[in-house]
Amino acid sequence: MATLTKTNRRDFLKIAGTTAGGLFIGFNWMSCDSPKMEVLSTEAILGQAKNFNAFLSISPTGDIVIYSPNPELGQNIKTSFPMVVAEELDADWSKVRVLQANLDTDKFERQLTGGSGAMPHSWERLRKAGATAKYLLVAAAAKQWEVPAEELTTSESIIYHKASGKKIGYGEVANDASLLTAPEEITLKDKKEFKIIGTPVKNVENGAIFKGEPLFGLDFYREGMLHAMIQRPPFGMKIKSINDTAARNVVGVKDVVTFENSVAVVGTSTWPLMKAKKLLKVEYEADGIVESSADHDLIFKDLMANGKAEIRREDGNVIDAFKNAAQVVTAEYQCPFLSHSPMEPMNFFAHVKDDSVELVGPTQTPERARSEAAAVSGIAAENITMEITRLGGGFGRRLRADFVAEAVHVSKIMKAPVKVTWSREDDLTGGAYRPAVRYKFEAALDADGNMTGYKLRGVGMNTGNSTREHNFPAGAVANLLIDNVNYESSITTNAWRAPITNFLAYAEQSFLDEVALAAQKDPVDFRLELMDKAKANPVGGDLQYDVDRMIGVTKMAAEKSNWGKNPNVKQGFSVYYSHRTYVAQVADIEMENGTPSLKKIHVITDCGMVVNPTGADHQVRGGVVDGMGHAMYGNLTFEGGLPTQTNFDKYRLIRMKEVPAVDTYYVDSGFDPTGLGEPCLPPTGGAIANAIFSATERRLRSQPFIDQKEFQDINLGIKRA
Amino acid sequence: MAIINLKINGKAHSVDVEEDTPLLWVLRDHLGLVGTKYSCGIAQCGACTVHKNGEAIFSCVTPAASLTEDKITTIEGLSENGDHPVQKAWAEVDVAQCGYCQAGQIMNASAFLKKNASPSMEEIDEAMNRNICRCGTYHKIREAVAMAAKSK
Repeated sequence: MATLTKTNRRDFLKIAGTTAGGLFIGFNWMSCDSPKMEVLSTEAILGQAKNFNAFLSISPTGDIVIYSPNPELGQNIKTSFPMVVAEELDADWSKVRVLQANLDTDKFERQLTGGSGAMPHSWERLRKAGATAKYLLVAAAAKQWEVPAEELTTSESIIYHKASGKKIGYGEVANDASLLTAPEEITLKDKKEFKIIGTPVKNVENGAIFKGEPLFGLDFYREGMLHAMIQRPPFGMKIKSINDTAARNVVGVKDVVTFENSVAVVGTSTWPLMKAKKLLKVEYEADGIVESSADHDLIFKDLMANGKAEIRREDGNVIDAFKNAAQVVTAEYQCPFLSHSPMEPMNFFAHVKDDSVELVGPTQTPERARSEAAAVSGIAAENITMEITRLGGGFGRRLRADFVAEAVHVSKIMKAPVKVTWSREDDLTGGAYRPAVRYKFEAALDADGNMTGYKLRGVGMNTGNSTREHNFPAGAVANLLIDNVNYESSITTNAWRAPITNFLAYAEQSFLDEVALAAQKDPVDFRLELMDKAKANPVGGDLQYDVDRMIGVTKMAAEKSNWGKNPNVKQGFSVYYSHRTYVAQVADIEMENGTPSLKKIHVITDCGMVVNPTGADHQVRGGVVDGMGHAMYGNLTFEGGLPTQTNFDKYRLIRMKEVPAVDTYYVDSGFDPTGLGEPCLPPTGGAIANAIFSATERRLRSQPFIDQKEFQDINLGIKRA
Repeated sequence: MAIINLKINGKAHSVDVEEDTPLLWVLRDHLGLVGTKYSCGIAQCGACTVHKNGEAIFSCVTPAASLTEDKITTIEGLSENGDHPVQKAWAEVDVAQCGYCQAGQIMNASAFLKKNASPSMEEIDEAMNRNICRCGTYHKIREAVAMAAKSK
């Protein structure tokens, strides 16, 4: 059944002919409310129109251009968004071009990348835009041929009239289409008719990437541009004195300038600045609490025992539940700080002029970057332009705009165009990290092994709340208490791919394994029992997750992984819901020469409809590799306010040889698509840790695994340093 | 400062830089060949990989002045039109996520396949282990190297 969807009422399209001819549609792929549809001139659309935020144009030659407003950092949105538009348009995909739109807060209302939220938010809007354009093109052809539009069909940018044998290309009717009035209601395709959505479509920038064309922020150069590198203070410290004599003597250094708490070396190329920065002698003094990892350990212990906790969720009566328990299971889990470490280090170009600023670079949040540039330069945001380059990874680091502000500071001081480049050492020491966190879990079991009570205390840093209190197993346990203690650290922290859940999922899913074991139940059966309880009689009102979808991925994981059926394969299970997507994983360990070897991770994902199978597999596998790599190796420790690991020799990222096979499956749940950038990462650490327990009876409660004494003689196919 | 003469992608170049300047920064800052990437600067990640007489080297730690007698190839010069078998396999497998490390991966893979035309999967893993991909495209890299080996 095709879906009829209304486009009327304050809806989202603007239609016009373009000055070059053809059909031009401005549509809104974020907002729910937009002005009435009306025909406008292109100038009006491009010049003043508000409340729509993406463009689709069809030229008389049939070329289709779709402007993509969201920064592209590898999540492949620049391919998947246009696929959705092209599907409903019945476009010839080979004639679709995708261009990155610059920051434009008049036209685009939510131009950012983060939270795996873009696809669920935009799915229907993208489809309506494509369907409306097709409707207009078909109507124009019907008018020209004087036949009812219902008699026409479309395929790959061509309109057909079967009865008369006539056909015409989209480009040829684009001008006429631009003069028509858009419909108030539009019919969307039945999903069964999809020809582009659900097929593997290659990254639209493949060619440029593999030829090494300039795409990234660091690839941006301009005649006369200065380069800058910056020395930043340790966390909790400020500059006491600067001796820049040696740095200034390096050939190629033009100046050494200071702003706020930073010292910038400025020159005409990068290498001299790398040398000069090492010759800077900057003395620092305390300006707050100067922290080390050893302090953090004491802080966590103290706050876990004595901290003033904020109750996040409370069901039933945990005191009675634990008093009456036949058995109590308790465990603490902890993880260190992590750096985002995208392969492209932070960088940005800024040119502060008398009354305007030009910005170019990689950012997940162009609007935030611009407002920080406005604050530093004193120039109003409307006089600041922002060109968004491709991002060499983000993982949350480029949600911040500290590096943009730095470029603006230096450009303002130098009165010249400046590109600030961070070294890898800057990236690791000047980060905005995933904070360390510690969790304490307690479970009460009755004599039959039913979980009658559940307690979780999180001690987090700078996060406000380190729990996800309404996630499973909330709703499945009659007596539950989840609370949080927050510590304010002087170390800068920030969202890191799958914030909070990137570690919480591991801790929770490992703990549930411990409880299942204590209850003498199979880990999958134990979880399914809880899910059934939540479904039949949800505790505390409506569940904030779809328990049927969670059951769906769990059962499929058991089936696809041949759960528990092969005695030679030791398995670990985990299931997690985050970012609107349900993911279950099973890790397979096989014994090789008496030691366990991690062979495979099965991943079952319910993200609703899969838009692009190639892109989806990328995100699923990438998430698993990322989750595994950081659980296994990721460790950033501090000494005197500075990270101890300053480059990839000490800060280990996962490599080719350490990656097991990852088998991917998707549940066809019939739901509209949800995002995939984050949700496959959280379950991985738990699946691996549970498999390690199954193989060795050793429980890993701390990350990174490679540093734990329980792990030292375990070989998972890992090369040790 | 010193004049350094280099032969890159079949063309002669002359640059005036400090003698310790790594090839990476000569390529990027002085010659506009920005396909070769900076990421770690200490020969740990492979993003800066180029060929020296067909061998994969880390351009971030190799002074340009030490390469005046050598033939250097960067991603821009690997093929005329991006149609080297490794580039073609990379496109066919759709390897990239963010794409930043991929030029280095391709340069490492192409040098490796020149030495070992029909590698085992273990040999592919061993050879590609020197390049980091933070997005975790390792499965696709493995697949693309194997495909390129077959296509030769």
